[in-house]
Amino acid sequence: MRPSEVPFEAPLTDLRRRIEELESYPEGSGRSKEIARLKEKLERDTVEVYGNLTRWERTLVARHSDRPHTLDYVEHLMSDWIEIHGDRAYADDPAIVAGIASFMGRPVAIVGHEKGRGTKERIERNFGQARPEGYRKALRLLKLAERFKMPVLCLVDTPGAYPGLGAEQRGQAEAIARNLLEMATLRTPIVVTITGEGGSGGALGIAMGDRVFMLEYSVYSVISPEGCAAILWKDQDKKEVAADALRLTAPDIFELGVVDAVIPEPAGGAHANRSETIQNVGGTIAAALAEVEALPIDKLLDQRYRRFRKLGFLIEG
Amino acid sequence: MAWFRKSKRPRSAASDRPRSTVPEGLWVRCDGCREIIYSKELDRNLQICPKCGFHFRIDSRARIRLLVDEDEPRELYRGLLPADPLKFRDRKSYRDRAKDYARQSGEEEAVIVVEGHIGGVPAIVASMEYRFMGGSMGSVVGEKITRAAEEAAKRRCGLVVVSASGGARMQEGVVSLMQMAKISAALARLRERGAPYLSVLTDPTTGGVTASFGMLGDLNIAEPGALIGFAGPRVIQQTIRESLPEGFQTSEFLLEHGFLDMVVERSELKGTLATCLRHLRHRS
Ligand SMILES: [Zn+2]
Repeated sequence: MRPSEVPFEAPLTDLRRRIEELESYPEGSGRSKEIARLKEKLERDTVEVYGNLTRWERTLVARHSDRPHTLDYVEHLMSDWIEIHGDRAYADDPAIVAGIASFMGRPVAIVGHEKGRGTKERIERNFGQARPEGYRKALRLLKLAERFKMPVLCLVDTPGAYPGLGAEQRGQAEAIARNLLEMATLRTPIVVTITGEGGSGGALGIAMGDRVFMLEYSVYSVISPEGCAAILWKDQDKKEVAADALRLTAPDIFELGVVDAVIPEPAGGAHANRSETIQNVGGTIAAALAEVEALPIDKLLDQRYRRFRKLGFLIEG
Repeated sequence: MAWFRKSKRPRSAASDRPRSTVPEGLWVRCDGCREIIYSKELDRNLQICPKCGFHFRIDSRARIRLLVDEDEPRELYRGLLPADPLKFRDRKSYRDRAKDYARQSGEEEAVIVVEGHIGGVPAIVASMEYRFMGGSMGSVVGEKITRAAEEAAKRRCGLVVVSASGGARMQEGVVSLMQMAKISAALARLRERGAPYLSVLTDPTTGGVTASFGMLGDLNIAEPGALIGFAGPRVIQQTIRESLPEGFQTSEFLLEHGFLDMVVERSELKGTLATCLRHLRHRS
C-alpha cells in the first residue's frame, strides 16, 4: 500500500492496521468482538470517505497504481491471448497493448493503454503515455478486427499522449487524427471503457466507439488539472480548483452526455478490490456487446455517427 | 506615443517564437529578420516581410479575402455562440472571457465559414480566428466545421479548412475533446462521398486541432514558418528538459518528416488550392 498516493485514506489505513494487529493477538478478552466492531467501522468509514471525495481526490484514485490495468482485464476476463506488436513502420510501443483473445467463447480484439507495475515496467511502458507507433499499432488491430469480423474492446488509461521530440517528429498528431477518422467508420462494433485516466487526445485516440463507459472513479479530461491550473491560474497548486472547474469525474462526464454509463467500483475504489472491479467491467462489456452486435452494421455506423454528432453545447442566437 | 511598435524579441527556437498580427502604427519590426518595415508595404504584400519572406499572422476575414473569388461571399452558420456547459470559471468566467474576445476580435467565435469559389471552383471554406481565445476549439468551432463538412459532402464540393489554433478549449472540458471526434467523423463521411478536403495549416496550429482535422486533409498544406505540432513547445521542453532543436515543429520540419504535402507561400496559396480542387474534383 502506498498511502501517499491517496492521502485521504489515512484514517482507513489506520483502522486496517489496528485490525491486523488485533488479529495477531491470542484469542480472548473480547478480541473478536473488537475486531468485528472495527471491521464494521472500517466499512462504514470507507463508504463515508469515498462518498465525499473531491474531484481532485477522485483524480488521485483514478491514477492509483494498484488499479487494474489492461493486462489484468485480459488475464481475468479472456483466454487464448495473442498479443500483436509493432506498427510495421518504426517500432513497438509498450505503452499500448493490442491483441486478440477469447471472450465469452469467441474472439475479440482488445487494445488498451498499459501503465505497467513496478518501477522498471512502468518506465518501460512510459507510464502509459503512448507514442505515434502505439496509436498505429492500435490501428493495425482495428483493421484486423474489421477484416475478421471481431468486435473491438478499448481500455483507456493514460495521462496523455507522450509530448516528446521523437513523438512529434513521427507525427503524434497524425497518428491520433487517423485513428479518429478510421474509428468513425470501422465496420465492426467498438466498445470503449475508461478504466483510469482518460488523458485528452492520448485517450481519445483509442476511445471512439458505439458505447463508451467510465469506471466510477476514472476521469476524462481535455487537460490534466495540473496543466489547466498552470495555464489558467498560472499556478500548478491550484489543481484542486482546476479539477472542480474541469468536471472530469465519471458522474460529471455522464451528466454531460459524453459517456453512456458509469460502471460501479467496489467500496474503497478499484484498487481495494481488483477482481470485483474486473468482473463489473466484464459484465458491462458483455451486455453492451450483445446490444451492439444485434444491430446491422450500417445501422450501427449511423448510430455511432449520431452519438458523436450531437455532442456539443451552444446557443443558437 | 510610439511611432513604431516593437514586437517581442524571438527566442532561439523558431518554433517557440511569439508572433502577433501586425500592430497598428506606421512601422513594425519583422520577427523574421529584425528589420523595420513600413506597415503600408506589409499591407501591399499580404503581410509578408518584403525583406525576408516572414509571414505575419492574418485574421480569419483577411484569409477569406485572400482565398475566395467573391468580394462578399455568403457566410454560413452565423449566430452560433458558445454556451457554458461546465459553468467554467478560472480567474474570470468563461462567459465574460468569450464576450471580451468577441469584442476585441469583432468575431462571434473562433471560426468563420463561407461558401464561394476558389479560382472558379466551388468550395466551402472555414477559416479559424486565432484572436478569438487563441483559436481554441469548443462546441461552436466543432459544430461549424462539422456542418461545413456535411454541406460539402451534400454538394460533393471541396472543403478547405484553414487552421490557426492552440487546440481544444479548456473551458469546455471534455466537451471540446469530443469536437475532435465529431469533426473527424464528418470528414470520414466526406471521404466516402468522394469530395476533397484540403487542410491548410497556419501559424500556430497545435493540440487537438492538429490531432484531428489539421492532419486529416486529402492534402495537408502549410504556410512557411508556421508552428505546427501536437504538444506545445513549452510542454515538450518541460518533459525532456533540454532545449528544442532549431526549426523544430515548423512547417518545413513537418514537410521533411512526411506530414505535409507542401509548404506554400501566401501569395501562391489561392492558386495552389484552386489547382488541387480542380484535380480532385468528384468524378462519378
Ligand atoms: Zn523580415
